[in-house]
Amino acid sequence: MWDYLKLVVLGLIALGAAIVANKAHDLAFMINAVEVMLAAGFVFLWTLRKMDEPRQPVLQTEYMDGVIRYGVVATAAWGVVGFLVGTIIAFQLAFPALNFDWAEGYLNFGRLRPLHTSAVIFAFGGNALICTSFYVVQRTSAARLFGGNLAWFVFWGYNLFIVLAATSYLLGGSQSKEYAEPEWHIDLWLTIVWVAYLVVFLGTIIKRKEPHIYVANWFYLSFIVTVAMLHIFNNLAIPVSFLGSKSVQVFSGVQDAMVQWWYGHNAVGFFLTAGFLGMMYYFVPKQAERPVFSYKLSIVHFWALIFLYIWAGPHHLHYTALPEWAATLGMVFSIMLWMPSWGGMINGLMTLSGAWDKLRTDPVIRMMVVSIGFYGMSTFEGPMMSIKAVNSLSHYTDWTIGHVHSGALGWNGMITFGALYFLTPKLWNRERLYSLTLVSWHFWLATIGIVLYASAMWVTGIMEGLMWREVDANGFLVNAFADTVAAKFPMYVVRGLGGVMYLAGALIMCFNLWKTVKSAPARVSSSTAVPAE
Amino acid sequence: MSVKPTNRKPGDPTTTGHSWDGIEEFNNPMPRWWLWTFYACIVFALGYSIAYPAWPMINRATPGLLGASTRADVAAEIQRFNDANAPIRARLEAADLTAIAADPELNQYATNAGAAVFRTNCSQCHGSGAAGVQGQGYPNLLDDDWIWGGDIDSIHTTVTHGIRNTTDAESRYSEMPRFGADQLLEPAQIAQVVQHVLAISGQEHDAALAAEGAVVFAENCVACHGEEGKGDRSVGAPNLTDAIWLYGGDQETLTDTVTNARFGVMPNWNQRLTEADIRSVAVYVHGLGGGE
Repeated sequence: MWDYLKLVVLGLIALGAAIVANKAHDLAFMINAVEVMLAAGFVFLWTLRKMDEPRQPVLQTEYMDGVIRYGVVATAAWGVVGFLVGTIIAFQLAFPALNFDWAEGYLNFGRLRPLHTSAVIFAFGGNALICTSFYVVQRTSAARLFGGNLAWFVFWGYNLFIVLAATSYLLGGSQSKEYAEPEWHIDLWLTIVWVAYLVVFLGTIIKRKEPHIYVANWFYLSFIVTVAMLHIFNNLAIPVSFLGSKSVQVFSGVQDAMVQWWYGHNAVGFFLTAGFLGMMYYFVPKQAERPVFSYKLSIVHFWALIFLYIWAGPHHLHYTALPEWAATLGMVFSIMLWMPSWGGMINGLMTLSGAWDKLRTDPVIRMMVVSIGFYGMSTFEGPMMSIKAVNSLSHYTDWTIGHVHSGALGWNGMITFGALYFLTPKLWNRERLYSLTLVSWHFWLATIGIVLYASAMWVTGIMEGLMWREVDANGFLVNAFADTVAAKFPMYVVRGLGGVMYLAGALIMCFNLWKTVKSAPARVSSSTAVPAE
Repeated sequence: MSVKPTNRKPGDPTTTGHSWDGIEEFNNPMPRWWLWTFYACIVFALGYSIAYPAWPMINRATPGLLGASTRADVAAEIQRFNDANAPIRARLEAADLTAIAADPELNQYATNAGAAVFRTNCSQCHGSGAAGVQGQGYPNLLDDDWIWGGDIDSIHTTVTHGIRNTTDAESRYSEMPRFGADQLLEPAQIAQVVQHVLAISGQEHDAALAAEGAVVFAENCVACHGEEGKGDRSVGAPNLTDAIWLYGGDQETLTDTVTNARFGVMPNWNQRLTEADIRSVAVYVHGLGGGE
């Protein structure tokens, strides 16, 4: 009965999407409708073919790892896509001729840039967060994921969101809000998926067999809840038509700017910081095989972090139409945020005390340590750049880009690589990784790539900031904007090379993980959920 | 399956007693330096938000004890430069344009100011080095080939009112007919006149066609470009005999130009720049090398 109902609903969705595709006002919306039609049609056929098969009873005592395996593959694959597009647009900036005439309107910088940011943050980072949170919450709650196949819906639904968003960008569908480019229909879909994600995660915590909730799960939960709130408020918009991509924002002017950067800053705070701290709090003690340094520190820095982060957004709007009092508050909250951010770094690094020797032998630990190091660096750099006087130099320059990438490539990227190296042998029941030498290669390529990237952007950023503000004795500007662009060329090439190295490292990782699954020796294991106490 | 707890070593502090999937937590206190730095940041934040505009009240935010304002700071800095420059700007606005070059101090000031105006407003089309964009219709301002005149008064008029815009009634204006698109000339005649233009500009050409083209030229083009094709600045008709081309001088481009004409536009700057700025940029451009 349930299956028939499912078939009817899927059929109606596919049919409705076909009608919408036929009547769509713009290409982006039409292609999105076709994608929805294909997805619904595929699930329809899948359900139909599975109907006659006898149901395998699900062992409720076993962890649900299938969806996590898919998540690991998706994370690695989207990572490569995101890094590749990033490398391409880095070279497009250095060599504008790479914005080919034949690709104009599809693959030029303006279309590829949101594809890059969404691919690395939401596709790579998002899949990493979803699959590690599913892994961590099961292990630390000693319970199978709540909601049965809902976890599969979260995985496929989230990846459908990514495909919809990516194709929409390339065809011109964008609401022009940084890191929130998807148009209204894609936003609605993500909202549904996100609620399902919250249900799975929270449900698992509620049915946990451990007496207490582990710190990693606090961070994951704060990430899920806050991102839901941010997503809804920043995407409040009224569609121009139900058959087209275009929508009109509810907020306008400086209110819109403030909501956008309240969202944008907390996307960094809760998606890329809190969520990834959840990852760090599980995988670092696991890999180091040492207890977490301080429980007390984790409580205090968790609450301080989530309380303070949410107010720091206005520092993105210094020296703009934003009233000065709001800018001041954004700045002082950012400064107070420095130590709460560093609490995570201390807890991560100090967990290794007593296991520092592992740095010599275990490249995965090395990766995690460098990741925490970059986390500490960018969470110091951020508050510093939020100081108005510093911001007057750094704002609108490549310094900001360098700051973001030392955080994204260094912290988010490296901790995710570490988690993937940890997870793959566990999830595919392998004794060990295929090759630690290749992990070392990945480590060095990625680290040197980040250093090239970040230092090139520091140099260009400070240089162009100084060039923009340079005036002569009579107060006249000394440099034309084009002069500053021309001066950045060599560093743009260096930045592109850094990207090539980082991408090469990720490809090596994919090969290594693939070989681990295919040819590393098997391990006798059980994934039964039993409380540790 | 019970999970192996994380390794403990002799001398380790006590743990909280919980274990999640083998992960335990030490009872270590928060590092003192961390805590005190955190407190210091909070104290700084409080102090800063008392000193500067910060806390929103019902009608307005607290202005801060220092009375600071970044907007006022910028306004004050601009005012300071304006005050310092006021006397020489007054002299610049009063001076006879042709006399500026003879006054070293005034000339120096106008050239610097004009360079800054140029970088901000003109370089987008004419290039930051003022060399224009060859073949794209953005004139090179460094050479001595002027379409509307290269003396200081002509440049001043061009900057003030612009060219072929619809926003200034006194804009410089002329319009070349679209000889091909409007069927004023047969394609064959266009081919002939193009050969003639190639001939008078000293390029390779078909002599027989060019001879017929001379007739077409005399009947259609001389009114603006002159009998010898040397152009007429009073109507912005370019000199066709030099090797300098705004859109390109090869056969294909010339055919396109005669067929569809050109209609380059320059904004009038009198609505955006002050008279002193316009005079400055005129002096700057005049002094680039091609000024007459």
